Amino acid sequence: MPSMTERAPVTSPMTSPMILANGIHKRFGTNEVLKGVSLTLAKGEVVAVIGPSGSGKSTFLRCLNHLETIDAGRIVIEGDVLADNDASGHAHYVADTEVRRICARMGMVFQHFNLFPHLTVLQNVIEAPITVKGIKREVILPKAEELLKKVGLFDKCDAYPSRLSGGQKQRVAIARALAMEPDIMLFDEPTSALDPELTGEVLRTMRQLAEERMTMLVVTHEMGFAREVASRVVFMDGGELIESRPAAEFFAHPEHPRTRAFLESML
Amino acid sequence: MDYILSILGPLAEGSLVTLKLFFITLALAVPLGLALALIRISRFTVASQAVNGYIWLMRGTPLMLQLLFIYFALPFVPVIGVRLPDFPAAIVAFALNYAAYFAEIFRAGIQSIDRGQYEGAKVLGFSYSQTMRRIVLPQVVKRILPPMSNETITLVKDTSLIYVLALNDLLRAARGIVQRDFTITPFIVAAGFYLLMTLVLTWFFQRLEKRHAVYD
Repeated sequence: MPSMTERAPVTSPMTSPMILANGIHKRFGTNEVLKGVSLTLAKGEVVAVIGPSGSGKSTFLRCLNHLETIDAGRIVIEGDVLADNDASGHAHYVADTEVRRICARMGMVFQHFNLFPHLTVLQNVIEAPITVKGIKREVILPKAEELLKKVGLFDKCDAYPSRLSGGQKQRVAIARALAMEPDIMLFDEPTSALDPELTGEVLRTMRQLAEERMTMLVVTHEMGFAREVASRVVFMDGGELIESRPAAEFFAHPEHPRTRAFLESML
Repeated sequence: MDYILSILGPLAEGSLVTLKLFFITLALAVPLGLALALIRISRFTVASQAVNGYIWLMRGTPLMLQLLFIYFALPFVPVIGVRLPDFPAAIVAFALNYAAYFAEIFRAGIQSIDRGQYEGAKVLGFSYSQTMRRIVLPQVVKRILPPMSNETITLVKDTSLIYVLALNDLLRAARGIVQRDFTITPFIVAAGFYLLMTLVLTWFFQRLEKRHAVYD
């Protein structure tokens, strides 16, 4: 994939992690959904976030790319500060243009795809590069076609999303995110809205991405994916990060009793 | 039959006035309505409330009253008082009134778009205006076609109100002939004209709906 090798070098020092989240607090009204979550992602790492529903794992993911704003904590993306605490301990974000610039390095895939229904598959993929980055249509077109071939949907180029299965929609959503050449990919329960027989094709695409050394943070219920593809597994419960360990270790010897209880309930 | 043919000319002339008012009103009220809707849903509370009040005023009083006010009373209002000729006065009244209705249609359409569309656009780096132009509004168009069709058909018939400004629209032309010739035939022919116009509109909107149905 030329898109992977030709990517502009990161300006920040190579030592800075791709994602650094420190002491993230987030409340909806009186309900504190994140109680000081910290997580660091190195380049090329694939981290699976698991945990019961309502544990705050999706909210945490959405905080990282500014779909939710945090109340307290520090978020640094590839060495650039997105938000940080002031003296009184409240998080402040950098200027709007800077927020957009930083968040543009993260692609995101949603549980419900969020494809643009009025655009064809190909148009979904090329819309952002053309509108947001100002790339010429003839420049992005071959790249978009390549991405669609990669996710196995080149033959659906001219179809509208309503004509696709859930698995196909999600693969288009992945291609659409990759067209913006992100350094990091965030996945928010990418297979939760899919019929069981359709999850495989999406997971295969994600595994392929992981093999290309894409930095990935994946909120998922797919234990198989977490075990086989993730380099590290993070367990969240009740708005806290309970355990974070290499995948094999995590499943073989879960340390925390809550992790053990959760894993047992999944079997 | 000969009689009908003889009155077609004057009625067609009246229709031209009707159509002119119709098209100019649409051309002004649609963009104005969209602008009002965008202000109405914006975070700027003062502007949003002002638009809210404007819509209440325009929908809460008769169009006929607004027409009479702009033509007869506006010249006496301090500061903004201007004396408009009859046809421009009608255009202003119609555009201001219909913009209020269109604003509510646009607002309903915009607010019916799933939040996921905004999030999908945001994570791809779209700004608010890019999201509106490229993602939200193209989908809104499809959803508001049925109420827009309703409203434009109403507009065709509302144009007949301009008789109060002594403008020779289709209905006034017909009434003139009725009074001159003591026959109601011109009314029936005028009804035919209106039906023809609304038929064309209905057909036009059905075609638009069909075209936008490709991505269903």
